[in-house]
Amino acid sequence: MENEKFEYWFANIKGITARRKKELREKITSIKEFYYMNKNERKKYIGEEIENCLRRSIENWEIEEQYVLLKEKNVQFIPFFHPEYPSMLNDLENPPYAIYVKGKPIRKDTLKVAIVGARKCSPYGESMAIQFSERLAENGIDIISGMARGVDGAGQRGALNVDGCSYGVLGCGVDICYPREHIGLYEDLQKKGGILSEQPIGMAPLARNFPARNRIISALADVIIVIEAKEKSGSLITADIALEMGKDVYALPGPVNSELSKGCNLLIRQGAGILLSPQDLLDELRISTKEDVKKKLKSKISLETEENMVYSCLDLYPKNVNQLTIETKMEIPQLINQLVSLEMQGYIREISKNYYVKSN
Amino acid sequence: MYSTVLSATIHGLEVQCIHVEADVSNGLPLFHMVGYLSSEVKEAGERVKTAIHNSGFLLPPKKIVVNLSPADVRKRGSAFDLPIAVSVLASLGYVSTKKLKDMLFVGELGLDGKIHKVTGILPIIIEAKQQGYKGCIVPKGNVLEGSIIEGIRIYGVKTLKETVAYLNDEIELVDEKKISLKKEVKIEGDFSEIHGQEMLKRATEIAVAGNHNLLLIGPAGVGKTMIASRIPTICPPMTEEECIEVTKIYSILGMIDEENPIIRNRPFRSPHHTSTKASLIGGGSIAMPGEISMANHGVLFLDELAQFQKPVLDALRQPMEERVVRLSRKSGVYVFPSNFMLVGSCNPCPCGNYPDLNKCTCTPAQIQQYYNHLSQPFLDRFDLSIELAKVQYSDLEGANKGETSEIIRKRVCKARTRQYERYGEIKANAELSSVEVEKYCVLGKKEKKFMGQIFEQMELTARTYHKLLKVARTIADLAEEETIQLCHLREAIGYRMFEKRR
Repeated sequence: MENEKFEYWFANIKGITARRKKELREKITSIKEFYYMNKNERKKYIGEEIENCLRRSIENWEIEEQYVLLKEKNVQFIPFFHPEYPSMLNDLENPPYAIYVKGKPIRKDTLKVAIVGARKCSPYGESMAIQFSERLAENGIDIISGMARGVDGAGQRGALNVDGCSYGVLGCGVDICYPREHIGLYEDLQKKGGILSEQPIGMAPLARNFPARNRIISALADVIIVIEAKEKSGSLITADIALEMGKDVYALPGPVNSELSKGCNLLIRQGAGILLSPQDLLDELRISTKEDVKKKLKSKISLETEENMVYSCLDLYPKNVNQLTIETKMEIPQLINQLVSLEMQGYIREISKNYYVKSN
Repeated sequence: MYSTVLSATIHGLEVQCIHVEADVSNGLPLFHMVGYLSSEVKEAGERVKTAIHNSGFLLPPKKIVVNLSPADVRKRGSAFDLPIAVSVLASLGYVSTKKLKDMLFVGELGLDGKIHKVTGILPIIIEAKQQGYKGCIVPKGNVLEGSIIEGIRIYGVKTLKETVAYLNDEIELVDEKKISLKKEVKIEGDFSEIHGQEMLKRATEIAVAGNHNLLLIGPAGVGKTMIASRIPTICPPMTEEECIEVTKIYSILGMIDEENPIIRNRPFRSPHHTSTKASLIGGGSIAMPGEISMANHGVLFLDELAQFQKPVLDALRQPMEERVVRLSRKSGVYVFPSNFMLVGSCNPCPCGNYPDLNKCTCTPAQIQQYYNHLSQPFLDRFDLSIELAKVQYSDLEGANKGETSEIIRKRVCKARTRQYERYGEIKANAELSSVEVEKYCVLGKKEKKFMGQIFEQMELTARTYHKLLKVARTIADLAEEETIQLCHLREAIGYRMFEKRR
């Protein structure tokens, strides 16, 4: 316990790479003694350059205050030798020296699936992310993602919907909720799962932190699912790192003319697994499931003929009322009547003014 | 010798009659004007002196005092030149005072004695008629405008000399024939020129039928501006009172066409998005009507709504609700009418392509920021809102021509007539107060239950709920139904304002 604050100090020294730090830490027997050593004694461990970093850090780092702050924020500090440090991170080329966790620490015995994708996703991506994560979480799989807008957040929300476990990996300090509008998700994740980051507390969500964040997602997960991604996207970085680490990458196919599915379709061409339903993945992972009979029944919708006609024209890609008039050949007043009625019953959603999609 | 001549000044929309008195007495040569004059009236002295001289009258070296009474009203404008000149000439004995008693004079003088036209003739003549004057002498350029009003003789004069000759019974002037207000002018454009966009046309028809405010959202080039500029072609014709009310405002602003002075078509105003608050709602230390008053009884079209400054848009809220705008100034409270139909248009996001995610390059934060320009209370004041999609080629080349404006206009007029009959006055559904909504928009049992459900599910406010009912009332009027039915309510919900917080 006493040592932890010194460990925390050591982890926060600036100007030393994680690898150097780790090598150095392995040589040191007692971190507390190391902190109080004078310059000459330290010489046998470190060179001049690192000594400078150390000195600066000892001067600036309020060891007690910082530790109290860490505890106040209810953040767990887990350095690489900690028993709770996720061992799969060691497979990375440069594993983080320490991680910070809010909520439950990472479980090691469960299967973990990362669901990643575009921040600005289509209603198709959003509802697929929810559907997949719900089904997987129901079967005891942990969902890992980046708590970002769009697919990431939807996937994690899906897992929480069915009381599953989900971890959010952030590109900022764990005490910062980014994006801000996901504050609800941020709170819920701490209760039913965890939030982790390699960034020290208080770190702002800088753009350069995110590729590093993606590598942690790849390392933690056993399987990566890319739901929707543009040609150049962070999700593809995650997938690439996972492939290098020899993990399975699956992609959800989408229309070939959709920018948002281009990344996924490219992954498929490169040999990623094709996912047509959550069941595909469960079969692949040899998880036996009982088909939920109740759910099947629910999806059978009884609608009146006209409503049915409108409903059948809709899918997960938004359609404007004008387009629907052409397809259904209905008059505008009549069509709007059917649309509002369907919306009231919860079968469809109006995602932007006068643009409709099927709801899940 | 003392003489007095009548004239009038305009204060906002109000007209105040002014007595222009002149007195000539012995003393040091002097031309003095008093009576709380603004600088343009003070300058009238020089114009009048020179014009009198150049018209062939001798101005003797005597003490001439001119007073404009009542002395506590600020006198503005150049319309006092003619009455001052006539008054001075009368006091010098050049003009017989016989005809001056029941006659009102307005006009600006040139140095050569020519009479130039002035602004605000129409309200002055309306006031003169109410005050019981028999005739008005106005500049020739204003005579057509003045002749709208019946029951008062309007004489147009070109020069000061002519005026004096008339007053001395040397010549006769013919009073101008009254022009009819009924005649209508053809408006450019027609609804049949717009291909596709059935929903847009339907929503516009409903909006016009009930005088509802309409918000059009859509990418560039889908026909937002095109349809907005054609709205006047389906508007019901203005009544005579409305014509006069509209013309009055244009008259004050000096925007009347000399040849064609009456505004018979509903005004269509589309101010640029850099417009200031003062130019929209009216302003100045002596307040003048702004765009919203110019759009009175017509359409105010705000293109690129999100580009307007937020305070400017928020300033529209109160006039939209009350249908008049009250401007308080040091010089008094000015009340201008603002009973307009607001049509707004904006893009769905800064790049204009949302929700087409293939093309939209905006981040959620950017879209949020874009809509931040529009406050929710302002948006709530739109009764109808629709989002448009890009036009398909098949629509453009399609053989099916849409309905012409004439057909739509007939339906709109019918719906309006129903409303006027129901309310017993010229009043459209959008103008109903909340008490009136409860009285006239009665729902059946089934409909009440449905609205209860909607109220909960869509998180309506009292205002948006009433707006929904008003729109449903208009839809029912278009369908020629006595009561509002479920299908009318549902359609109204389809056009409801979108929620920003989404």
